[in-house]
Amino acid sequence: MDKTLPDLATAVAGITDGMTVMIGGFGGSGAPIELIHALIDRFLATGHPKNLVVVNNNAGNGHVGLAALIEAGMVAKLICSFPRSADPVVFTERYLAGHIALELVPQGTLAERIRAGGAGIPAFYTPTSFGTDLAKGKPVEVFEGRSYVQERWLKADVALVKAHLGDRLGNLTYRMAGRNFNPLMCMAAATTIVQVSRIVDPGSIDPEAVITPGIFVQGVVEVPNPQQEEDLNRAKAVYPEAAE
Amino acid sequence: MTQKLTPTQMAWRAAQDIADGAYVNLGIGFPEMVAKFQPPGREAIFHTENGILGFGEAPAAGAEDWDLINAGKKAVTIKPGTAFFHHADSFAMVRGGHLDVAILGAYEVAETGDLANWSTGPRGVPAVGGAMDLVHGAKTVAVITDHVTKDGKPKLVQRCSLPLTGVGCVTRIYSSLAVIDIVDGHFVLREKLAAFSVSDLQALTGATLHLDGAVADLDVPAL
Repeated sequence: MDKTLPDLATAVAGITDGMTVMIGGFGGSGAPIELIHALIDRFLATGHPKNLVVVNNNAGNGHVGLAALIEAGMVAKLICSFPRSADPVVFTERYLAGHIALELVPQGTLAERIRAGGAGIPAFYTPTSFGTDLAKGKPVEVFEGRSYVQERWLKADVALVKAHLGDRLGNLTYRMAGRNFNPLMCMAAATTIVQVSRIVDPGSIDPEAVITPGIFVQGVVEVPNPQQEEDLNRAKAVYPEAAE
Repeated sequence: MTQKLTPTQMAWRAAQDIADGAYVNLGIGFPEMVAKFQPPGREAIFHTENGILGFGEAPAAGAEDWDLINAGKKAVTIKPGTAFFHHADSFAMVRGGHLDVAILGAYEVAETGDLANWSTGPRGVPAVGGAMDLVHGAKTVAVITDHVTKDGKPKLVQRCSLPLTGVGCVTRIYSSLAVIDIVDGHFVLREKLAAFSVSDLQALTGATLHLDGAVADLDVPAL
């Protein structure tokens, strides 16, 4: 078994129009910037994929990563909890112009819907959002005297994930708070593609330290020294860079 | 004219109620300042939604690691005892009743404990983040808020007019003028600035202030 992939272009080659794509990260922390940029490269070269439904906690910041994916016109709908950031201009303009749809989900509900999708649980009840606008139209039940809102699982065709170490079997570790949504999204997608800072031999990761077991991963591509969204934004980077 | 408390002073007052050993989530903005005012000898463990328990203070400029941030996307640090976990575990801590204290900001708080703090109406881009989760599960759900709006209208009201974050969830209010508990659908005045009479405060409050024994002075250092 060897899940390693030779390069980023190969890693994103299977993503087609209209797919639901989960993208890991919380803001820039744990965001797979290089995989996202490879997807933009393919769109610029071929016109595909487009009309994507993207699941992420946020809606991009500045003009790199998820914001650049939206700016390229590849995203039809975003499912997220917090579409604001230091520089949310790309999403904000498209949303207010009616060019992109938004499904707003409380952050903990988003995480649990993704977990449920990966765990084979079609629906669950949560106290979150009861009595608010975000619970409208959803079934409510009373358990032990409290009211709970029914939420449905969330699954994806593809997850794009950033991890730290990975082996050819797909076992993964993460780096600090870069973990966030990434392990959940690995579970919830039919195909999970992971960029790792280093591919190591099986056995190099202590079995006690594996965070995502390889069963949840289909492809691993090595991206040494990955870029950080915050650093790119401080340098006022734009992706793709404007031609000279 | 007597000064109301500053946000820093409200944060100081809220910090005095956090017990040694408490697990605490502080909302983005003013509530984050509570961490700075932990009384000596007490150790609280701070939780952030994006998967850290027991994080430390901000690093020096230039020493940031952008995989190590808080819910407000600001750089933090690790310290002995820090733990990382994924988002589903993080919100299990929130909803599952494992946090002792959550402290949030507010646009409006009703005497029923209803909170509105995520949306000022249908204009613009809606964003909720973790607020709707954080108001459920913590043993104490407190808000830090000015007692009135910038144009002098009460923020403590009978019923919220703005979109709700949660129903019947707030248990304590640290306002710029008073400390108020919410008990059985009533505002109960616990502390007030000495310069204000109960009737002064009532005039600035949109629902009845109930008294349950003596009202203490809200005594906060200048900071």
